[in-house]
Amino acid sequence: MNSLRRNFLAGIAGALWLATLPALAEDKFIVVSSTTSTEQSGLFGHLLPSFEKKTGIKVRVVALGTGQALDMGRRGDADVVFVHDKAAEEKFVTEGFGVERKEVMYNDFVLIGPKADPAGIAGGKDILDALRKIEAAKAPFVSRGDKSGTHAAELRYWKAAGIDLDKAKGPWYRDTGSGMGPALNAAASMDAYILADRGTWLSFKNRAELTVVVEGDKSLFNQYGVMLVNPAKHAHVKKELGQQFIDWVVSSEGQQSIADYKIGGQQLFFPNAKR
Amino acid sequence: MSTLVDSLQAAAGLITDGESQLAGIVILSLRVSLSAVSLAALLGLPLGALLAVGRFPGRQTLIIVINGFMGLPPVVVGLLVYLLLSRAGPLGTFGLLFTPTAMIVAQTLLITPIIAALARQIIADAWAETHEQLRSLGAAPWRAALTLLWDTRFSLFTALLAGFGRAAAEVGAVMIVGGNIDGVTRVMTTTIALETSKGDLPLALALGLVLITLVLALNTAAHLMRQWAMRRYG
Amino acid sequence: MMIARQDVFPLELNEVCFASGGQRIIERVSLAIDGHVRTVILGANGAGKSVLMRLMHGLLAPNSGAIRWCGQPERAAAQAMVFQRPIMLRTTAIANVAYGLKLAGMGKSERLAHATEALDKVGLAHLATRPARVLSGGEQQRVALARAWALSPQILFLDEPTASLDPGATHEVERVIGEIAASGCKIVMTTHNLGQARRLADEIIFLHHGRVVEYTPASIFFAAPRSPEAASFMKGELP
Repeated sequence: MNSLRRNFLAGIAGALWLATLPALAEDKFIVVSSTTSTEQSGLFGHLLPSFEKKTGIKVRVVALGTGQALDMGRRGDADVVFVHDKAAEEKFVTEGFGVERKEVMYNDFVLIGPKADPAGIAGGKDILDALRKIEAAKAPFVSRGDKSGTHAAELRYWKAAGIDLDKAKGPWYRDTGSGMGPALNAAASMDAYILADRGTWLSFKNRAELTVVVEGDKSLFNQYGVMLVNPAKHAHVKKELGQQFIDWVVSSEGQQSIADYKIGGQQLFFPNAKR
Repeated sequence: MSTLVDSLQAAAGLITDGESQLAGIVILSLRVSLSAVSLAALLGLPLGALLAVGRFPGRQTLIIVINGFMGLPPVVVGLLVYLLLSRAGPLGTFGLLFTPTAMIVAQTLLITPIIAALARQIIADAWAETHEQLRSLGAAPWRAALTLLWDTRFSLFTALLAGFGRAAAEVGAVMIVGGNIDGVTRVMTTTIALETSKGDLPLALALGLVLITLVLALNTAAHLMRQWAMRRYG
Repeated sequence: MMIARQDVFPLELNEVCFASGGQRIIERVSLAIDGHVRTVILGANGAGKSVLMRLMHGLLAPNSGAIRWCGQPERAAAQAMVFQRPIMLRTTAIANVAYGLKLAGMGKSERLAHATEALDKVGLAHLATRPARVLSGGEQQRVALARAWALSPQILFLDEPTASLDPGATHEVERVIGEIAASGCKIVMTTHNLGQARRLADEIIFLHHGRVVEYTPASIFFAAPRSPEAASFMKGELP
């Protein structure tokens, strides 16, 4: 009985030791809150190794919707915010949560829809016209509905198209409250239209009957910005390391690396930092 | 149907490849969930024993609360821990958010009620059977509780397994407090969620099969050990 | 374990009443039990034998009335009890015997020596390291007797100790009880086995509906019970 008890206690002790092991030893790291579009498209997987190799700074990316990512910055849980909703970002800086917004790159939104194309909009260039036709045909449309950058953009397009969603909403407009990937999964299973960023779309595998129906409209461009969380608000923010990351992303080296990232020969993000 | 076949093949491939990234994720999953089970055992087993053997005001209420908390939604626990550990929260100064430690804390909170409630039931049954004998031998209630914790160890082990299963399978809490950071806080379940949102359903399902296989293997080992012990000690 | 031997007898019950769930189980029982003789409590099912014994042992507290040991209200330390179904912990036989000594605060080597000796006295030294729960019912009951005996009690309560055993095991258990008594320990036992009562009892307490109807030497009781209840119990008319 005693040897058994000893084994038992040793087991517990061992498990406790596991519990108290320090988090993987990395002294130099920053937390970047960003969007699912940058993480899931694989851009960060391509970009970060070069930065880490050059500076020895590990970048821990937490991928959320733009709204949540900005909130993380507001709470001081990130050092750097890297998102795509210009209006929200400028508000973030004006409120004093971010130091300075720098533009990094853009990609574009694409309107995805079923090959059957019940609204008859395939091949068009005008996103506003396409949305009006979807509304008129009451064709199924999936919305992110999660306060992400893509969701904010979608709402702007509806407004610009002169459609008051509060009145026009019906069973055809399906608010899923989910990230880009889950929303695409939903659209694929419902044969619905959906607004997506090109990066996530290109790396998305469960396409079923979905295809790109509208692209190339100038207004579909989607600008990304990067900001250091204000150390004056949150003293623990890793100011120097975070700034190094921002400086590198907008440097010619970082910008080139962004331009180099391709899926199936297609460039996903177009660097446009002002230097 | 073809997705399922693809997944089975992919799962076999993932395991036989011994891909180092998968190994890291599996090890982190085990580390987090086993740590959480150990901590939850340290909290839940004494609590269960106290509720089974002790007689104090508020005991019934506490039993109801703990039984109810067996079904705590992981997302709620995750949110709670997030708000506690966030820099803007009361424990923000420790900088624990988005670390494995935060995930261990969340899972511990999630499964402590499960372990405590099951332990209370097991020990209460044993107490009903043995309390006269133990009191006759002069055991004070706390002593009786310790004796029964040891005497019901094989059954309590099953309670720990239930806790482990719950911890290893949940995604809501670890996603929020861990952030699914590649190489730092990415575990089996958050990887599965990520691959699902990327639309790579076969890979997601393959990872799910790996997780299920792992949990089954652990349970099988535990079951065999328990059977051997039961035969040995009755 | 050297507990200073002090007098605990007589064990006196004065107007003891006990009720549970609105049911009156023991009614105004007054008794004075002396050491050195073997006392057997007899009575039909539901007469209150087990409850009376638990009141004496201190597992239950009376609703009214008093229990005194040699005039003192404190529960005597040197007592032990063996139950109808032996309760064994999931460990070896010897560790089960040593457990009571551990609770009494005895050091490890001393309690192992005591436990070994006690197991030897009940004839189970060869099973010392076997897990207790896989022993037969009779063996488990003897381990329980060894556990009680190892405490060197001045009084041992036995509640139907052979009710779940076959005749062979019963015989062994009775032999051990005889030896414990011979070592100077007071025996108080309940049974519904009249033959066993004849073999073991020096005196009989006969309970009926929670009251003591007779308290007499066994020879007189078995020769000619004075109460009609005891008489019909002996004839097998009471369950």
